[in-house]
Amino acid sequence: MSIVFTRGQGTETRRARGGRARAALSPATIVSALVLLIAVAWALAPELFTHFDPNDGGDTPALLAPSLEHWFGTDQTGRDAFTRVVYGASQSLLAALVAVGVGLIVGTTIGLIAGTRRGLVDDVLMRLIDVLLSIPAILLSLSIVVVLGFGTINAAIAVGVTAIAQFARLARSQAVQINTSDFVASAYGSGGTFFSVLTRHILPNSISPVLSLAVLQVGSAILQISTLGFLGYGTPPPTPEWGLIIAEGRNFVATAWWLTVLPGLVVMAIVLATHQIGNTLRKVTS
Amino acid sequence: MILDTRYLFLRLGQAILVLLLAFTAAFILLSLIPGDGVTARFADPALGLSNDQIAEIREATGADDSWWSRYVLSLTGFLTGDFGYSVQTGAAVSTIIAAALPSTAVLAASGFVTALVLAVIIAVFATFGPSTGPTARVRRVLDSVPSLFISIPVFWLGILLIQVFSFQLGVVSVVDPGPAEALVLPTLTVAVPLSAPIAQVLIRSITEVQASGFVKVTTAKGASELWILIHTVARNAVLPGLTIIGLVFGELVAGAVVTETVFGRNGIGLITAQAVTHRDNPILLAVVVIATFGYVIINLAVDLLYPVIDVRLRTKRSSASAGRALRSHDEPTRRALTASAASVGVDLDWDDETKEKNS
Repeated sequence: MSIVFTRGQGTETRRARGGRARAALSPATIVSALVLLIAVAWALAPELFTHFDPNDGGDTPALLAPSLEHWFGTDQTGRDAFTRVVYGASQSLLAALVAVGVGLIVGTTIGLIAGTRRGLVDDVLMRLIDVLLSIPAILLSLSIVVVLGFGTINAAIAVGVTAIAQFARLARSQAVQINTSDFVASAYGSGGTFFSVLTRHILPNSISPVLSLAVLQVGSAILQISTLGFLGYGTPPPTPEWGLIIAEGRNFVATAWWLTVLPGLVVMAIVLATHQIGNTLRKVTS
Repeated sequence: MILDTRYLFLRLGQAILVLLLAFTAAFILLSLIPGDGVTARFADPALGLSNDQIAEIREATGADDSWWSRYVLSLTGFLTGDFGYSVQTGAAVSTIIAAALPSTAVLAASGFVTALVLAVIIAVFATFGPSTGPTARVRRVLDSVPSLFISIPVFWLGILLIQVFSFQLGVVSVVDPGPAEALVLPTLTVAVPLSAPIAQVLIRSITEVQASGFVKVTTAKGASELWILIHTVARNAVLPGLTIIGLVFGELVAGAVVTETVFGRNGIGLITAQAVTHRDNPILLAVVVIATFGYVIINLAVDLLYPVIDVRLRTKRSSASAGRALRSHDEPTRRALTASAASVGVDLDWDDETKEKNS
């Protein structure tokens, strides 16, 4: 009887896994993965994708319309717009990773400590997170940018601080759940200290939903960083950064629409792709 | 009793505490860390002020006081509506903000209402209709519209709208528009990204209600789909929609900052962007505190209104034992987490407690 039962369960799990794998390999996910791969390749080796200089147009005419030679046209100084988008990937993606890293590390640490310690520590930490959440994200990041000064990494840190609250809340809810399980009690019982239980049991068991939140956050971090770049608080010109590229193209919107529309579409496609991948990862891991 | 007085005072005290702490954090960030603002502004030799005059200004502005007395001074100032003076222009911050507030309020209100209408349209068409045939394809497309909307850079959308509607089609003039005409494109710019999280919450709650037993019973009795939508689903799906009002406030502020910059509309958003550029910390401090105040008040109102509208919560709260007090204390946490996940396109079901409560 028990054998039949296990077997039945086994096929069920296998079927469920097959379903998950199929969901993971949907066409939308494959396209998203390709888009992200291209973006990462742009960031790592931009010179493979274009033979123009991102910051020096040379004697190319300004404001050329898109053509086979210049896919996204050229900007006001004759620089190839596609080249600038390709070279901009390293700035924007690096900034997004820094931002998510700040949020992930600080937020998860706060959340795990609060959820494991409970009591007064929990109350104080979570009220601080409430405060962080009550200040509208854009104003919080602008205030931090004012204090730290303008620049790519500073803007990234500012965006990262606004993500701390979400990571802390998720990590805490996970830690609270795991904290009540028997293996944590037995770990304490067999002489585990607060720190050893936290790193050996609570952290590994709560990390997978936190990591899939991190993947999702990459997309919104790209958007927020490009917003700060657009407002002029990120990477200083002439270094290409996606928000800055769109801000520069804005002055020619009446005559050269391609300078804003095409880079914007690229940003949108990449953000959409990270969201799709993040959602798929979450479905597979949960 | 609809409202529990103890709960009311608890929530009120919590809101005041959060507000005070937010003010303190913003004050430390924007007033204490930057150091001596007076020297930075008046010590410039081009202004031609003598040392005595600078000392006099220091005396008048209290720049040499301890951080504690400056904090108390600033706090009492904020409580009485005195936000200090702009570093850039020297004008009173309260005057600057009062002049800019109406235009931003109009933009925020019209943007929010448009977003709500857009979200309801998307949600209804994404969840109703036959499940096969060409309409099903339309439904699937509409279902993915929110995640598309969420991925659009707001500033880019604004530029795109100007490009299409003003330069290509010539429908809306950007050069010298009337007051209503000037509002159309900014409203759309604010509304499109804002509609996405609202639509997601609505789609999810409509789907949930559709799957519940009483809807099946009503269908079995022969009610048409439209009748069910209006009489049973809409009323039940509206509740989670209420929560989102408090949570999209931050997005509304972000939308205002970016939209006003793109369209050159004078308002709080544009003032904020200029304050950052000129490092005009007193203005930024005032904007941060006022926006936080708005967020806290809206969420407080939503929290207090919830049991008034939803009868089920009322009975639950009155039957809540001491052990449950902790859970209800976690309610905003859970809701915020769910909604923030929804805003990036995730249907969050990590939380077992919520399910437990719903079932």
